[in-house]
This record gives sequence, C-alpha cells and structure tokens, in this order.
Amino acid sequence: MNLNAIKYCLRQGVVSLFRNFWLAVVTAGMIAVSLAILGGFLLVALNVGQILYNIAGNVEISVFLRDDADQELIRTRLDGLDGVREHTFIPREQGLTDFGYALGDSALFAGLAGENNPLPDMFRVRVGESDMVEALAEKMRAFPGVEFVDYGEELVARLLGVTRWLNAFFLAISFLLAASAVFLIVTIIRLSVMARQEEIGVMKYLGASNFFIRAPFFLEGMAMGWAGALSAAVALGAAYHRLAFSLQREALLFFLQPVTDPEKLWPVFAGLLALGTVMGGLGSLVSVRRFVRA
Amino acid sequence: MIELKKVTKSYNGSSEPAVADVSLQIGRGEFVFLVGPSGAGKSTLLKLIFCEQLPSSGQVYFLGRDIARFKAGELLKHRRRIGMVFQDFRLLKQKTVFENVAFALEVIGRSAREIRLKVPAVLEDVGLAGKGSAFPAELSGGEQQRVGIARAVVKDPLLILADEPTGNVDRDNSRQLMELFETISLSGTTVIIATHAWDMVDRMRKRVLALEKGSLVRDEQRGGYSYES
Repeated sequence: MNLNAIKYCLRQGVVSLFRNFWLAVVTAGMIAVSLAILGGFLLVALNVGQILYNIAGNVEISVFLRDDADQELIRTRLDGLDGVREHTFIPREQGLTDFGYALGDSALFAGLAGENNPLPDMFRVRVGESDMVEALAEKMRAFPGVEFVDYGEELVARLLGVTRWLNAFFLAISFLLAASAVFLIVTIIRLSVMARQEEIGVMKYLGASNFFIRAPFFLEGMAMGWAGALSAAVALGAAYHRLAFSLQREALLFFLQPVTDPEKLWPVFAGLLALGTVMGGLGSLVSVRRFVRA
Repeated sequence: MIELKKVTKSYNGSSEPAVADVSLQIGRGEFVFLVGPSGAGKSTLLKLIFCEQLPSSGQVYFLGRDIARFKAGELLKHRRRIGMVFQDFRLLKQKTVFENVAFALEVIGRSAREIRLKVPAVLEDVGLAGKGSAFPAELSGGEQQRVGIARAVVKDPLLILADEPTGNVDRDNSRQLMELFETISLSGTTVIIATHAWDMVDRMRKRVLALEKGSLVRDEQRGGYSYES
C-alpha cells in the first residue's frame, strides 16, 4: 500500500464520517455515555477503595499488658516491628477515663478508680498498611507480658470482603458496558458498510485490495470511539472536579475525602481515551471482517 | 494472452454446468464477441477470466499462468490489468463523472497528479469532454456507459471485459459504443464483449464465440450473430 492509497483511505474515512455525520454523532454520543458510566464507576471504585483504605488504615491494634509486663521492653519491640506507624502507651487510669468518655458517662466508673480499676495497661498501635494488621497482631501476641491483642478482626475482614465484592461488581458492570459499546460500533459500522455496499462492489471490480476497502471503515470506527471517549473524559473530568471540590470543602469525616491526586486520576482518563479508541477499532474490525467479503 | 483448457464450471444446486468443457485461445489486441441465448454461460465465462469464479475443472491461463494458482497479491494485479464494463453501468451516484473515473485510479493508489492529467484526457477520448462535473443521473444511458468505459480504460488495462454493454442503450448509442470499443481494441487492448446485440455483431464482423448451454458451439473469425448470417 503506497502513500497515495493511505492518503485516500484517510480522506475516505473523514468523508464517510461527514457523509453520515449525524449517525456518527449519535454513535459517538452513545459511546460517550457508555464510557462516561464506565469512567464514573471507575472513579467511584477508586474513591470507595480509598475510603475503605482510610477506614482500614485507622484500625488500631490494642495490646493489653499483664500486670508484670515490662513496658519498656514492649515499647522497644514495637519500635523494631516493620509496618508499625505509631504507638501510644495508655496507662490503666487513662484507659478507664477514655472508656467513660466513650460511653458518655464517666460518673458511672467513679467507683472503679484506683485499685478497683479492672482495666490493664495497654498500647494503642497504628499500622501503615491495613492488610498488615493481622500479621502484626500475631507478632504482638507473642511478646512477653502481653495478655491479649484486639484489633477488631471482624471489621477488618468485613471491609476487605466488601472491597473485594465491590471490585468484582465494578469489573462486571464495566465489562458489560464495554461489550455493549463494542456491539454498538459493530452495528453502526455494519450500517455504514451496507450504505456503501455498491461502492465496495465497484472497488472490488476495480482491483482494490481488502485492506484498502476495509481501512476507511476501521478509521471511521476508531475516530467515533475516540471522539466518544474524549467527550466522556471531558464531561466526567468536569463533573468530578466539581464534586471533589465540594466534598473536600464540606466532608466532615476524614475518610470521606475524595481522591484528588492527579497521579491516581490520570490513568482513569487516559485509560478511557485508549479504551474508546481500541473499542472503536475493534468494533469496526469485527464488522468489516464479517461484512466486507473478499 | 488468454487460454481456456477444458474448462467446466458448475454452481451448487444446478444440475447442468454453466460452462461445459470449453477450450479456446484469445490473443493480444483481439476483438471478440461472445454470443448465445440467456443462460448460455457468457457471464460465467467472463467471471472465470476475471477470476471472480474458479473453474470446477480445467484451467484458465492468463499470460501463460494458471489464474487458479494466483496468490492474493497476484490476483489483485490480475484484476488491475482488466477493465470491466457492465450492462447496468455500476456508476456511483453520489460521485461526479470525473470522480467516478478517478475512482478507478484512486483505488489502485495512483497519485493525484496522474489522476488530474489522465481523467480529462480519457473523458475526451470517450466523447465526454466538459461533462466531468455532471452526476450520472444527469446523463443519458449512452453517456453513462461511456463513463463506465472511461473508468475501465483509464488504468490502461490489457483486457476489457464487457457484459451486455449496450443492453440499456438505444441503437444509435449502441453503434457509437461499439465503435469506441473498436478504437480501444485498435490501440492494442484485448476486448471481449458478451452481447445480444445481433445487429452490431453482424455489422462489425469480428471474431465470434457462440455458447449454448455452456458449450462452445462456434468459434468463427469475422463471424455473424447466428449460423445463418
């Protein structure tokens, strides 16, 4: 295929797009809607992931000590553990006060002060990665002088379960949306092929190669996919920016902070553009291979 | 240039072959009429030469090569050496006369400069100078077929295959179109015309190949349409 043929294919792709301009606009629009929903799901998944990470990352390990425990030894051991972000020693007196505050009525515990205090001394430990909580808790259980260790196993397990379930759900929805967008492109290109059936027949008699016949449809599909993806990325970016800005200002809970790190966000938008183009190309490839016979 | 050796072509679902045991040779620059009643196998024979169909048995040779053995690239090259002319013209309605003719060069990757130079010259040769910007619907049947001929000859083919080229035009236009084919043939291009236009065949006295029920029943130099003529 020489340069003239390539130029011709490019020109035909553009001409074909403009010849069926409104059909192309509607197709690109439907691709944009599909990809915007897909992108929206991805952004929600990204944020849900971050929220769960924030919650799980703030899970504390409570290390309760026996009366004869060597506080300094345990502090040294905690310092030596990889993955421990910070730890705080809570003497039994403060533990009782905190417990009272947590229940909202410290007067209830007035009679438990001093020697009657049933609570042991403890360390509150925060870890860097939520998925390290269980392993670190196990190590702490083995420290000398440790009575027992609690970190809300159920909460962590439930959060990890929810994360896995949500990821699977988002993946399935995204796959269905992507498949329906590809199916849409296959149908549109098929219509385009049918509209140009006479021309394709003449081209074969004139000695055009299969690639030459198919290339404009391929370009047309890619252009529609790309235009749809670009529209989706722009609309989604603007909407997300607005939403993230207001959430950042108004959200009171630390874990409801939206993802604003460009390094985490740009792969979503770049991925949408690439996906739209690939979907367009793939849809038209399937269509022309099926409907443009040699 | 073309040689058929015991060529038979049968279609699925048909008890009789469309072409039966046909052997013939056609030289470079020859002008040949292919005659016979409807269903005699004329169009199938043209399709076999164009390699749109492959023979069920026997061989079709073009410039000494068995066309059934062509690879994809060779098949394209083969088709680019042949200009096809159809009864229904097969012009693209949304393209102008110029664009229809230029299309034949564009699809084989010729440059815009070559197209600008060649197309007006060919349009002039077929008597359509000044009609380049017209659309097919604005032309008479005879003029539309001239566009079809211009599109076939613009790529300088070795062979023109015409299937009932005068089937949709009046007698005067038929005569002019046949004269045009004769001019093309005189320039060294082989021309094979499948036709029912008995008066043209009788008048021009060219080589006639007559088919009946797929068999070649007559091969006559300077022949007429029927046995009696």
